Amino acid sequence: MIRETALNLVDSSMTDNQTRAAPQKEGAWHETVLATLKSNNVKLITYVPDKVLTPLIKALHADDFFTTFATTREEEALGIVAGAWMGGMRGAVLVQTSGFATLPNALASLAVPCQIPALLFVSERGTLGEFNLGQAMVCKTMRPVLDALGLENHTITRQDELAFILDRSIKQAVATQAPVAFILSPLLTGGKVFAQ
Amino acid sequence: MSHSQTGAVGAHNAKVMNRFDLTKRVVDKLKREEAVIGGIGNANFDLWACGQRPQNFYMLGSMGLTIPIALGVAIAQPKRHVIALEGDGSLLMQLGCLATVAMLRPANLTIVLWDNGLYQITGSQTTASATTADLVAIARGAGIADAAWAADEDDFDRLVAAALKDGGPSLIAARIDGKPAVATTDRDPVQIRERFMHGLGVKG
Ligand SMILES: Cc1ncc(C[n+]2csc(CCOP(=O)(O)OP(=O)(O)O)c2C)c(N)n1
Repeated sequence: MIRETALNLVDSSMTDNQTRAAPQKEGAWHETVLATLKSNNVKLITYVPDKVLTPLIKALHADDFFTTFATTREEEALGIVAGAWMGGMRGAVLVQTSGFATLPNALASLAVPCQIPALLFVSERGTLGEFNLGQAMVCKTMRPVLDALGLENHTITRQDELAFILDRSIKQAVATQAPVAFILSPLLTGGKVFAQ
Repeated sequence: MSHSQTGAVGAHNAKVMNRFDLTKRVVDKLKREEAVIGGIGNANFDLWACGQRPQNFYMLGSMGLTIPIALGVAIAQPKRHVIALEGDGSLLMQLGCLATVAMLRPANLTIVLWDNGLYQITGSQTTASATTADLVAIARGAGIADAAWAADEDDFDRLVAAALKDGGPSLIAARIDGKPAVATTDRDPVQIRERFMHGLGVKG
């Protein structure tokens, strides 16, 4: 019943073309993420911080529609969101690439086998101008792990595709009872640049 | 006031009890469809052995995530009391979650810790709590002021009854023996999750 309520919140008159034709060029990527989470009734946000995610995290904290807090580890963040889903509240986990690398066990032994549609937002470090070899190596492990788990994932590079990808994929995750990962590319977010 | 309420019972003074017996004591007190999350291995096996309530979630993997899962349920359903049953080895793997629980202060969350000083299910290797680590002191240090060792079965009953009144978060630690769990959970993760959600009134 909670699912249906949430689905009803989304404007069903919006067609694919309208979604595509209405890129929120004037809005920042993090505004689109926040708005799409809200329109899909995703209320719980757990995270381990990342510099690039800071504007999103700030905006989520400032909006009392959301319950937003930092956890001490990414696995913990995922466990909390899994519990909340079972209790009827949708949630998303925000992490950095290195944080994703701590998650395979919790994904493979909780979210995937229990069919829990946790939403993962990964700020992509380690590519397109990375200055830290450790980050670059961790980044190389991410997509093979996602593929090995058969976990639906999208690398998002463009603001004009962001709302469509998120909105459709959140609905798919809920309908198919499967977690989904959104990799936020530096092409979308600007990434983190080398500090001189 | 009991010893444990004053914090006077250290781990070394607490009686060594039995997990199945204490699990039954917890389950027998549940009158309001409280949710119970059983941690990996023995914690959920003994919960299963106490009768399969629809409000029970049996964790088949994700070692250390019992308390985070319980916290998530507690956030989603603030009117329902939620109990996490966790082993010492599992808690030691995810100590940070105690700090998160303390920070969020969910009144409807109780953590019950089974401290046998062992990673029992993997061959009974000793944990740090067998010798040096005091998990109640760690919980208090993390900010969970209402954390206590149960001195004996009566004290455990009292602590659980008090915790269920939604004045949490609280942590109740019990020293337990090395006896294995009395049954084994049927390992069907989708069925476990679906029954649990039905039990919480979320689906169906
Ligand atoms: C991440 C991870 N590491 C190791 C294991 C193997 N393992 C499963 S249960 C367990 C011990 C759990 O100890 P405790 O929580 O104290 O419970 P007990 O077995 O004593 O009842 C271990 C090491 C695992 N399942 N997952």
